[in-house]
Amino acid sequence: MLKDITLGQYFPGTTVIHRLDPRTKLLWLLGYIVSLFLAKSYVSYALMAAVLTTVSALARIRPRTLFSGLKPLLFIVIFTGLLNLFYGTGEPLVQFWVFRITANGIRTAAFMVLRIILLVCGTFLLTYTTSPLQLTDALERLLGPLKRLHVPVHELAMMMSIALRFIPTLIEETDKIMSAQKARGASFDTGKLTARAKALIPLLVPLFVSAFRRADELATAMECRCYHDGEGRTRMKVLRFAGPDVAALALCAAVLAAVIVLRQFGL
Amino acid sequence: MPIIKVENLSHVYSRGTPFEKTAVDGISLEIRRGELLGIIGHTGSGKSTFIQHLNGLLKPTSGTVYFNGQDIHRSKEATRDVRFQVGLVFQYPEYQLFAETVFQDIAFGPRNMGLPAAEIDQRVREAAAFADVPEALLDSSPLELSGGQKRRVAIAGVIAMMPEVLILDEPTAGLDPAGRESVMEKLLAYRRETDCTIVLISHSMDDVARFVQRLVVFDRGHVALDGTPAEIFSHAEALKDMGLTVPTATELALALRQRGVDIPESIYTINYLRKQLLALREGAAPC
Repeated sequence: MLKDITLGQYFPGTTVIHRLDPRTKLLWLLGYIVSLFLAKSYVSYALMAAVLTTVSALARIRPRTLFSGLKPLLFIVIFTGLLNLFYGTGEPLVQFWVFRITANGIRTAAFMVLRIILLVCGTFLLTYTTSPLQLTDALERLLGPLKRLHVPVHELAMMMSIALRFIPTLIEETDKIMSAQKARGASFDTGKLTARAKALIPLLVPLFVSAFRRADELATAMECRCYHDGEGRTRMKVLRFAGPDVAALALCAAVLAAVIVLRQFGL
Repeated sequence: MPIIKVENLSHVYSRGTPFEKTAVDGISLEIRRGELLGIIGHTGSGKSTFIQHLNGLLKPTSGTVYFNGQDIHRSKEATRDVRFQVGLVFQYPEYQLFAETVFQDIAFGPRNMGLPAAEIDQRVREAAAFADVPEALLDSSPLELSGGQKRRVAIAGVIAMMPEVLILDEPTAGLDPAGRESVMEKLLAYRRETDCTIVLISHSMDDVARFVQRLVVFDRGHVALDGTPAEIFSHAEALKDMGLTVPTATELALALRQRGVDIPESIYTINYLRKQLLALREGAAPC
């Protein structure tokens, strides 16, 4: 069921990871992603995997929950793996028709798949442990300097937080409408492709209608409370870096440095 | 044989995540053919989850649902057929309207049943008449209608499938008093004419008290009480503990009893209360 999609969902908690400043976590994710793309050996991948496992253990996120978020991406993961598998260079190990599999291909494929999985899981860890509100706060603060260049940072952050906030709502809504149409005999998972595409109309039309209605209501509600853009707004919860944040950022730098050094040594 | 029989039904949402929640916990219930059953319960008591099992929209985590004595999940085709036999009208059903015209929308169910065009046409018109949707509206867009009209179109969309059992989740929620009255009246008229079984979920105790023959009270995923409205509403205190209200008449009768007026416990309609009070006055008149 759609309800089981955990994309962008937040699991409230009080672990060390949950309590870190959201800016720290965002920077961590940035460092983690850069490291992932610099990693090109078993050793560095092992390091990245170890980092992920440690953080998820600290955040008390069960591996099952983490991997369940990967389900919708399974196709992309497999597709990337296969593509890389057949495009390796060097001596072929197996060859049939137009396909040739090389040791190099297997290696690249494995790394690519691993990279995507680690990347997605890392990103999920951020959204699992950080509320959307905190996340946009952090984003707004980190992008703050861009305001001088007249980039509408606050507006962008607001739009992002609204979008994030409404993902679960829309999923719930989709679920509801799907059930209602199923109760009238609609089926979304049988028939030819064209039939399936057509079957989506009874789902998409009400969904769009309600999304626009919601947007309208939200806009009115915001105006009723005299919402205006970022100029001069203060916050109830001011973000502050604390001891654990400094430690976490140092650790992030260390991981990044380690991956770069490993790369220099050709590992 | 009961038309629907539920045996030891449990349903757990989001299994294996921190949001794991047992919504329905070991419920057994029989729905008799032709009865008008009311289900009440506090928000989150599992009633909405429960009814979605009756037409196979949700698969039980454990337990079985029988329709006419047969397991509704015995095959995929059987489950789909049950959806046409057990019509389910969701809460705020107007949000599911999608077609270009009211006619098309009501025809959605019958069309999915694979009926011939002539029969679809006839059923749509009948269902529209039952739900008090004027013929003139059939060609307009469902999105242009008023709230009450949309609600009735959505209900007509389910009635058009001519289900043996009609389940309605809060059919009067969010309607004005006139709208509520008209929806309930239409339902009762429909039942008189077709002898179908109706399951009604409602927050409105006054509606429930007035219309249903049997009442089931849900509390935290269990059936807490099951009986006639008179029996149920004589447990006013227990209902209040479950976060439920009692009909206005019961409330009043309860207050009168506490002040020493001698009237029975099982009062739940204004008419019955009136009768009792008048009888009391007659009885008291000689002295």
